[in-house]
Amino acid sequence: MTGGFHLTKRDGISRGKAVLIRLVAVLLSLIVCGLVIMAITGDNPVEVYAALIDGAVGSKNRLWNTIRSMMLLLIVAVGLTPAFKMRFWNIGAEGQILVGGIAAAGLMIYGGGSLPGAVLIPLILIVSTVSGLLWGLIPAFFKAYFNTNETLFTLMLNYVAIQLTNFAIILWESPKGSNSVGVINQASKAGWFPKLFGANDTMIVLLVLLVTVLMAVYLRYSKQGYEIAVVGESRDTARYAGINVKKVILRTMMISGGICGLAGAIIVCGASHTISTGITGGRGFTAIIVAWMSHFNALAMALVSAFLGFMQQGAIQIATQFGLNENASEIITGIILFFLIGSEFFINYRIGRKGGGKG
Amino acid sequence: MADDLILECKNITKYFGGVCANDGVNLSLKRGEILSVLGENGSGKTTLMNILSGIYFPDEGEVLIKGKPVTIRSPQDAFALGIGMVHQHFKLIKIMTAAENIILGMEGEARLHMAKVEEDVRRVVSEYGFDLDPKAKIYNMSVSQKQTVEIVKVLYRGAEILILDEPTAVLTPQETEKLFDVMRNMKAAGKSVIIITHKLNEVLEISDRVAVLRKGRYIGTVETKDATVESLTEMMVGEKVDLDFGRKEPVSPAARIACKDLTVLSPDGRNALSDISFTANGGEILGIAGISGNGQKELLEAMAGLQPSEHGTVVYYPPEGGEEVLTGKDVNEIRRLGVILSFVPEDRLGMGLVGAMGISDNIALRTYRSGKSFFTNRKIPQQLAGSIVERLEVVTPGLGTPVRRLSGGNVQKVLVGREIMAQPTVLMVAYPVRGLDINSSYTIYHLLNEQKANGAAVICVGEDLDVLIGLCDRILVLAGGRVSGIVDARKVTKEEIGLLMTGVTGTPETPAEEPA
Repeated sequence: MTGGFHLTKRDGISRGKAVLIRLVAVLLSLIVCGLVIMAITGDNPVEVYAALIDGAVGSKNRLWNTIRSMMLLLIVAVGLTPAFKMRFWNIGAEGQILVGGIAAAGLMIYGGGSLPGAVLIPLILIVSTVSGLLWGLIPAFFKAYFNTNETLFTLMLNYVAIQLTNFAIILWESPKGSNSVGVINQASKAGWFPKLFGANDTMIVLLVLLVTVLMAVYLRYSKQGYEIAVVGESRDTARYAGINVKKVILRTMMISGGICGLAGAIIVCGASHTISTGITGGRGFTAIIVAWMSHFNALAMALVSAFLGFMQQGAIQIATQFGLNENASEIITGIILFFLIGSEFFINYRIGRKGGGKG
Repeated sequence: MADDLILECKNITKYFGGVCANDGVNLSLKRGEILSVLGENGSGKTTLMNILSGIYFPDEGEVLIKGKPVTIRSPQDAFALGIGMVHQHFKLIKIMTAAENIILGMEGEARLHMAKVEEDVRRVVSEYGFDLDPKAKIYNMSVSQKQTVEIVKVLYRGAEILILDEPTAVLTPQETEKLFDVMRNMKAAGKSVIIITHKLNEVLEISDRVAVLRKGRYIGTVETKDATVESLTEMMVGEKVDLDFGRKEPVSPAARIACKDLTVLSPDGRNALSDISFTANGGEILGIAGISGNGQKELLEAMAGLQPSEHGTVVYYPPEGGEEVLTGKDVNEIRRLGVILSFVPEDRLGMGLVGAMGISDNIALRTYRSGKSFFTNRKIPQQLAGSIVERLEVVTPGLGTPVRRLSGGNVQKVLVGREIMAQPTVLMVAYPVRGLDINSSYTIYHLLNEQKANGAAVICVGEDLDVLIGLCDRILVLAGGRVSGIVDARKVTKEEIGLLMTGVTGTPETPAEEPA
């Protein structure tokens, strides 16, 4: 009745087959990206791909940009993971990042002159984490005690955080009237992540990988991680097993918000060195897709983040080289996500010829 | 002979994905007969009936009505052919009257003559000996009255063939008798009735012939007069099954857990349980009977620390002596008192287990807290899972396979296995064999007997009175959230329990001895 084809839900799929379907999706997305760019610029697709690769990994600088882009996306995805595993739809990562970022920028401004880096940077990391944690605790509290809808709650808190950021920008405006904070501590570099092992972004990489590994271990091997999984699957089962559901919701959202707040500090101290509503770069939302597509697997999240970072940085190169604006990068991200999300359909369903459903 | 066949199914085959629900099923129904379709869960009975009533379309095979091949593509088609199905779950609008529900969706004149409709409904009701007021609102009706509305609805619309899907599952023995009387009247009036059930005694009582399905295949049809419980079981299961419950006399029963004037409110603030008092003894099985929704769930959950109580107490008597009040404590606090209370809830995958997790991870629900470490010990549940799989013969591809992919019987073995492994002093089970095949059911009965022999106080909420009478030592009957009687299972009859279930109070004929 569906035009000669019919869909059946798969009972399960082998790991290899699932990986194959996703690889095909990535390949298709690359082909379509190339076709789209070719249609816009009229250039040879091989040249376009060459530009893409060149832009992403063509020089040491570009490679580091790609890595940084990947790491910043990865840590937000890692931050969202415990909440999503608990089926708590934390759409508020943007806000949690901003709140952490405001805390970081404030400490850089007020503490930059007096505190040594060895004190200032750890202090920033802690305070930003706590800020994000408290911001995440608000919707968790209302969810646990009044069962409010966390999707709307966390989403709306994003707008509150944006207004807070605007307030901070006016407060710390520099130069006056510019409506921006400008680069903080440009001369002293106080609160900036130091160069480690000869590269600017080493500290970002180390911090993000550390948090990622800790989170993977926490979710898989700790008692609390087990509780999160049970609460996520069934609250009644959790209650039955004697798990305090309210406590788990509060604790888990503190962890989720805390990591997103930390991500804010990493962005401000390690990358932007300023505070604006744009520092999140939409990562709070993109990371939702990263976390979901990876089924909360840390390695998969790293791979998806790397791929998206690669494509975004490559697209920037294409944009400059072929005279397109920065929206080209967003088009490309959109196309890739479309294919990756679409591939999930083929992983969950099997398409067969009508009447051939016996196999 | 062939012309008195009103319905024939030939070689009906239906696949769902890769699963074959019906594999070449044949069935014939004569005019004016009652045919039982018998089979275990998953044998394809309901699929076949859904094909006849137009909900599914078969992949292969044909349906003949009065010898002519027909195509049934929708419930409307089925109705036009005179096939009417009464589903297990009623499809009625609560705020409307019986008569309004009966004509719902039917075409008619522009002006609705409700008085005439009610008159017609009354005629159908009296013709077949139903007991129904066409003007009564659905929300005021008992389950059995709602079922009556569904059946009258089908008859009112002129059905010649009635399909009743597990109609007695929700009825007391008395209501079942009434339904059977009506069915006999229908038969006398020349209607043909297909009844789906897995209660063998009812099959033998009501039907003329029995068609048996097993695992989607048609096994055969026999005349009821030639059949016995044993022969039908063998057809259903494919092998001889020992139907003995293996009940033993309790060995030195001693009070283990007691409720005193326990009252529990439902979410809408009414009394789900009112002043429940009873004592369950270690070393015996206490059955709990009652029409579903009469407080069984609330009682077990209140005792397990999952529901707050309004007043009254739950008291636990440890085997070592003394007593502990459990009321007001949650699952963890009860556990910390050293009370090993195991509970197999009615909703296995929604409460007792996590469907998406494997067997080991589900075993961990009970064990994950052990030890002081921040990390959970993953070896302990793995070993226990292995031993449960081995001992209870759980069929699973692996210990990590999500339990919701296992069959109902295997899911229940995992759940019961986990709860028993804790070596409970109190074991509460709700509908422990619902949806299980006969062999799995008996595995569960034997496990309950084993726990009884180990001295646990076993509390078993059940729906099949034959099972409760054969398995339990005493039976507590709940009606409207109250204890309407506690009877000795060895002396009581099904009818006596049926009366207690409907809340007909009075001293039960066979009072059980006072607990020690």
